[in-house]
Amino acid sequence: MAAVLEVRDLQVRFATPDGEVSAVNGVSFDVNESECVGIVGESGSGKSQLFMAVMGLLAKNGRTLGSAKYRGTELVGMPVDKLNKIRGDKIAMIFQDSMTGLTPHLRIGRQMTEVLEEHKGMGGADARARALDMLNLVRIPEAARRLNQYPHELSGGMRQRVMIAMALLCEPELLIADEPTTALDVTVQAQILELMADLKRVTKAAVVLITHDLGTVAGLCDKVQVMYGGRFMETGDVRQIFYKPQHPYTKGLLSSMPRLTEDRRTTLYAIPGQPPNLQRLPAGCPFQERCEFVHQRCVDELPLLQEARPGQFKACHLESLEHPVDDPTRAAIPAEAMPPVIRDVRTA
Amino acid sequence: MATDITGGTKRAALIEKAGEEVQGRSLWQDAQRRLFANKMAVASMIVLGIITLMAVFADVISPHAYDEVYWDYIGVGPQWENNHWFGTDANGRDLFIRTLYGARVSLMVGIVTTLVALIIGVTYGSIAGYFGGRVDSLMMRVVDVLYSMPLMFFIIILVVVFGRHIVLVFIAIGCVEWLTMARIVRGQTLSVKRKEYIEAARASGVSTPNIIRRHIIPNVIGPVIVFVTLMVPVVILVESFLSFLGLGVQEPMTSWGVLISEGAAQMENAPHMLIFPAVFLAVTLFCFNFIGDGLRDALDPKDR
Amino acid sequence: MPPVENAELLRVQDLKVHFPIRTGGIVFGQYTPLKAVDGVSFSLKAGETLGIVGESGCGKSTLGRGILQLIKPTDGKVVFLGNEMTSMAGEQLRAQRQHMQIVFQDPLASLNPRMTVGDIIAEPLTVFFPKMSVAERKAKVKALMAKVGLLPQMINRYPHEFSGGQCQRIGIARAMIVDPKMVICDEPVSALDVSIQAQIVNLLMDLQQEFGLSLLFISHDLSVVRHVSHRVMVLYLGKVMEIASRDSIYAEPLHPYTQALISAVPIPDPDLEKNKQRIVLGGDLPSPMNPPSGCVFRTRCPRATDICAQVVPKLEEKAPGHQVACHHWGPPAQALV
Ligand SMILES: Nc1ncnc2c1ncn2[C@@H]1O[C@H](COP(=O)(O)OP(=O)(O)OP(=O)(O)O)[C@@H](O)[C@H]1O
Ligand SMILES: Nc1ncnc2c1ncn2[C@@H]1O[C@H](COP(=O)(O)OP(=O)(O)O)[C@@H](O)[C@H]1O
Ligand code: SF4
Ligand code: SF4
Ligand SMILES: [Mg+2]
Ligand SMILES: [Mg+2]
Repeated sequence: MAAVLEVRDLQVRFATPDGEVSAVNGVSFDVNESECVGIVGESGSGKSQLFMAVMGLLAKNGRTLGSAKYRGTELVGMPVDKLNKIRGDKIAMIFQDSMTGLTPHLRIGRQMTEVLEEHKGMGGADARARALDMLNLVRIPEAARRLNQYPHELSGGMRQRVMIAMALLCEPELLIADEPTTALDVTVQAQILELMADLKRVTKAAVVLITHDLGTVAGLCDKVQVMYGGRFMETGDVRQIFYKPQHPYTKGLLSSMPRLTEDRRTTLYAIPGQPPNLQRLPAGCPFQERCEFVHQRCVDELPLLQEARPGQFKACHLESLEHPVDDPTRAAIPAEAMPPVIRDVRTA
Repeated sequence: MATDITGGTKRAALIEKAGEEVQGRSLWQDAQRRLFANKMAVASMIVLGIITLMAVFADVISPHAYDEVYWDYIGVGPQWENNHWFGTDANGRDLFIRTLYGARVSLMVGIVTTLVALIIGVTYGSIAGYFGGRVDSLMMRVVDVLYSMPLMFFIIILVVVFGRHIVLVFIAIGCVEWLTMARIVRGQTLSVKRKEYIEAARASGVSTPNIIRRHIIPNVIGPVIVFVTLMVPVVILVESFLSFLGLGVQEPMTSWGVLISEGAAQMENAPHMLIFPAVFLAVTLFCFNFIGDGLRDALDPKDR
Repeated sequence: MPPVENAELLRVQDLKVHFPIRTGGIVFGQYTPLKAVDGVSFSLKAGETLGIVGESGCGKSTLGRGILQLIKPTDGKVVFLGNEMTSMAGEQLRAQRQHMQIVFQDPLASLNPRMTVGDIIAEPLTVFFPKMSVAERKAKVKALMAKVGLLPQMINRYPHEFSGGQCQRIGIARAMIVDPKMVICDEPVSALDVSIQAQIVNLLMDLQQEFGLSLLFISHDLSVVRHVSHRVMVLYLGKVMEIASRDSIYAEPLHPYTQALISAVPIPDPDLEKNKQRIVLGGDLPSPMNPPSGCVFRTRCPRATDICAQVVPKLEEKAPGHQVACHHWGPPAQALV
């Protein structure tokens, strides 16, 4: 399988008045043809900025280091006019907020035909017919009438469908969906997820699904990459990640979710503490302040992604989660050398 | 219970564990830090401070009295040997001390009137904004009506009825400027009122006057302060304009407006009479504007 | 889950909250009522958690505010501790607020940015115990901060110096400081990350156990509601569709809307999720300005028939403790998860 997107050691930095923010800290991965990759992580873990950097859409105070190649063409540092030939044509993006993704004062039809004119040189009736086809494909009721409407006249779910239709207009090879259903109600989310699952079968596009909702990823994705503090903590096949997580963070996330399907004990498992401050990331493992298996090595040395099981990679110094205490490195450390992990005030 | 406390770095957590209370840094303190990092604003504050001090200690600095006439020196330029540093005016009075006396009047008009406008405007605006509905419509209609009255017309009526007096200038300008203040405060209050913490206070049974005092006013005051610093120069200008028209302070008392108006009349043969007061006025206006801009940037939450 | 006592704490009867909305031009316009909450009835026992679920805009928050009298209800009764609240005003109402508190969705927005954490938490104390000495007040605040998992030394800090989860703890402490009997939690974890959400859910359940609190837990997340609630109420366009105990509503929902809601939830389990037959509802929530005639759910209901357009279904007990408002109620045709 050929890779559509190859990212190598990508870093994103933002200059702010209070110092530099390291939003993404060296991630490498491939997205292969007709594959659906899920990027999960908590708010602020760098999911969106990673792909904003790939698309050359970072805010003015941001800069990208490293490399991101679309079919062998380097995207990082590419001049905007060249980028524009690829963006929207070969690589398309769907945003969480469908209102900002659409121009408020242009009719839906105009916005869609504009994209076709720009990239495919398609004009007039042809472009309109294609736009209509696309709206039908995303199952918008009364599609012909919608072409003449303005974005604010549509509901949130319908706008999200229009966004998807627009993204698919030029038959992109890569579709990046940043939290496409987060702003929607469960019932409408179900409609969009169903639609995306169907589209996945129809189109050949590779899809990157960015979300913090593990449920969405479980249904749509083939591969999952778990992000934390601007790094990948664990990557692998969906079933591996969900059924055999190898990283303490992934495992913690999965166990802290209440589920419809099972009655978890009265007290949920909770990962203590809170996500790290990206201005002052600790040396060593970014998860160390919240990890229950933290040991001296985690503080000293940054764990790199390594193969834990065939096809599954984790960035953690532990041999295995099953018998963490058997970890020789852990046993060798005297208790007082362990970093202070303060959990309970009342006992303190 | 799965409680946790790890806030920020572990070291910070350890220090905090030692037991002494950590002093938080309020938004005001953050703003203050940012304001003092702004060079133009700091320089403006220093310059304004110097001008104010000079105005206050005018009689100490200069050997002359503001109304003493020197018949030998009428409309002469700067002279060091007689301590007429800025020269004299068309009536032979020392221009330096007159400029400082003018500063007294102008700054006082600017600050006192703004304070009056501030107090009336904040109270009026926050009440209208907080109660909303019919109360708001009624109160704001009153403001609209007053707004539509021309300032000059209003002042001329006052002068005709009560005669020329500096207090009238205060009243007249104050009466007009609080309207804008009330509008700004009302708009801010409307937006703050919709914040969840106001609802939280109501749900905790906090009484209405306390909600306005503790929750609304501290949160609308930011933009108001910015507006105040920008209003002072406007008021000074209005006063100068009134004086220019001969409706302001009375001789031999003076203000920058009066001085500039006299200077303008003598522009050809005694340009210093125009230049000195005009420079003082311009510098003061610039200073207030820089401070206002600095405050706006310092209080702007986007920068946080 | 803590046991429930039998004493009734709160009874809501046919509660209506309508907002007058101006439609049409300024000249020929008129006021049309937006029925945000339209005839909701239920009761809450001491120590019980009632979960309230529904899509956004279906009136969950408005219901909570109507019960607290933060918005004056248009009609209906709210009986709290035997007192009818809707007819109260002024001092009388303020005195009642000691026993009913609220926790908000947006943790940071619900805290006054200009006040210290200590002042925020102590504010209800200054209202209900004005004579309490400053030292005593501070001691109480610190003790409670420790209980909700905040370092008491942080008492002089400001809200913007805390993370979302910590701000939510501050909001919970403010609600708990006057020992209320009931706390309305309006989407308390919706704005939080998954890993923080579990901390806050645990905290709320611990506090409930310790103080015998009653909770109205409003959320659109059915998994969380299932975890915390004894009973669950489903709202749609301001009306109750179904109320039942947690186990019966999740095991055997009888209303088509509840069934669709449950089936719509994505489950973090690839095998289950990829093979599941979702009940997908068509269309969007209709505007509450002109709700459909008859059953409000009929425009999206897979079981709708003619009668649904003509007759409003009544909320009736169809199984012990299980109330449903539907003409064609019945268990789902397929497994939901
Ligand atoms: N223009 C900017 N200047 C400074 N910091 C920024 C800027 N844009 C983003 N960041 C920071 O970069 C980090 C990663 O942001 P990103 O948007 O990728 O998060 P995310 O994982 O997509 O989270 P969410 O789930 O909330 O969308 C955050 O800490 C954010 O505050
Ligand atoms: N102050 C108000 N004025 C007019 N309409 C309102 C007001 N508050 C809420 N609504 C409307 O009432 C309905 C229910 O709102 P809400 O209770 O906030 O829903 P939920 O909490 O379930 O998302 C919505 O249609 C909303 O737009
Ligand atoms: S490297 Fe150490 S701290 Fe990081 S996840 Fe593994 S065990 Fe935990
Ligand atoms: S009454 Fe009719 S429309 Fe309403 S839920 Fe039941 S079957 Fe559906
Ligand atoms: Mg994002
Ligand atoms: Mg709500």
